[in-house]
Amino acid sequence: MKTLRISLTVNGEVVEREVPARLNLVDFLRHDLGFTGSHVGCEQGACGACTVLVDGETVRGCLLLAVQADGCKVETIEIMEFEDLRAAFHRLNALQCGFCTPGMLLSAQELLQAKPKPSRAEIREYLSGNFCRCTGYQAIVDAVEAVARARGG
Amino acid sequence: MKAPDFDYLRPETLAEAMDMLSRHGEDGAIIAGGQSLLPLLNFRLAGPERLIDIGRLAALKQIVDGDGFVEIGALVRHCDLASSEAVARAFPLLRQAVGHIAHPAVRHRGTIGGSLAMADPAAELGACCLALEAEMSLQSVRGQRWVRAVDFFAGIYETALAPDEILTAVRLPRRGPDSVQIFSEVARRRGDFAIAGLALVADNHMANPRLALLGVADRPILAEKTMALLANNMAAADQAIELIGNEIDPAEDPAYPPAYRRQLVRTLLRRTLMELLP
Ligand SMILES: Cc1cc2nc3c(=O)[nH]c(=O)nc-3n(C[C@H](O)[C@H](O)[C@H](O)COP(=O)(O)OP(=O)(O)OC[C@H]3O[C@@H](n4cnc5c(N)ncnc54)[C@H](O)[C@@H]3O)c2cc1C
Ligand code: FES
Ligand code: FES
Repeated sequence: MKTLRISLTVNGEVVEREVPARLNLVDFLRHDLGFTGSHVGCEQGACGACTVLVDGETVRGCLLLAVQADGCKVETIEIMEFEDLRAAFHRLNALQCGFCTPGMLLSAQELLQAKPKPSRAEIREYLSGNFCRCTGYQAIVDAVEAVARARGG
Repeated sequence: MKAPDFDYLRPETLAEAMDMLSRHGEDGAIIAGGQSLLPLLNFRLAGPERLIDIGRLAALKQIVDGDGFVEIGALVRHCDLASSEAVARAFPLLRQAVGHIAHPAVRHRGTIGGSLAMADPAAELGACCLALEAEMSLQSVRGQRWVRAVDFFAGIYETALAPDEILTAVRLPRRGPDSVQIFSEVARRRGDFAIAGLALVADNHMANPRLALLGVADRPILAEKTMALLANNMAAADQAIELIGNEIDPAEDPAYPPAYRRQLVRTLLRRTLMELLP
């Protein structure tokens, strides 16, 4: 198997590893580094369960090779500090099994940063790439909307 | 599933990338954003010996706001296209279209060059390039050539690119100040590939109209008969709406029979022309 040496920052720490060229970022984070907060669903970019931040932007962890993230800054749900969003998801039943939740939270936070006062339609559109098989989405939109209001958006 | 084993090369300059492709073009694949290629690798529908990652070539990330044209580097991402003021001013069509491509996280990685080189018949940017009379710059160690959008798309997932060539940029001629540019499509869900879509570009009062369609053939196409009928003749709108559905020849598709796509395209043209009513 072809391997390469990479160096990147993950959740604030510099990480150096020898990785197979074909290893994708989310598997690297989960299996090599133990950050299992990002999940693996479809492996084809459709579901958003694998969402992580690379250089501050949401990406599909299944559609990026670990070697492509060489030199980048990677952040996962484990170090995210938006307690209000997490609490709103809990309070408003915006999760059941929780499989989609890390991706939902990262996407929702990105939306609220770019647009503090989104409409419900805009929330739905921004989260359209994050699938949830449990909640029916209504409660998720409620939670994001509630946080937008509470933050004074 | 997981991607098959492959080697990974990351050129730092365009010259280096072209050199690698001249040696490995046949059994290697360029990777740009990876948003189309990685799903194919994960499902083992592609099995290149090596990936040549052009993602760090800064020269391909520029948007040049030129005299008489705008040139968009192949590595300009969908999200860059959406936020570029130069693009919004000259080509509102692109900003409208890019909002229909996938989802924010995919738009953070996917590139215009990757979308055009992939040549999915339902891709938004291919149809926009056709409507906007784009020219593509293809470069290899053998030199550079410019190919018009009409000649670039060669069939489903097929283009004029030779195995050793890199699509480096897309050049779009500026339109006049009264340019009309409208994009519309129908997709099952937000971000899905469209069932059909329509890009209209025209000068003032429907002069020189160009109607490009996506999702209705093996590549983006121009509705040339309808264009001829509509030229300087908005009064022919009703006839044009009928004609555009007849003019196309969509393939059999169990989910969407040809008659359905014909009707969708008529609806899209009707919506588009309604926007132009005073
Ligand atoms: C969930 C999901 C939904 C999507 N929905 C849409 C949609 O609605 N509409 C749409 O248009 N697209 C959609 N896409 C595809 C997306 O737009 C891709 O970003 C784009 O098609 C490919 O760009 P890329 O940079 O990721 O290319 P890559 O995946 O890196 O490459 C794609 C192909 O082009 C070749 N290539 C790439 N760059 C060059 C170059 N400069 N020169 C020569 N060859 C090159 C590669 O070798 C490969 O064969 C979707 C993708 C996903 C995952
Ligand atoms: S696992 Fe990455 S999008 Fe589904
Ligand atoms: S809570 Fe189960 S998938 Fe969303």
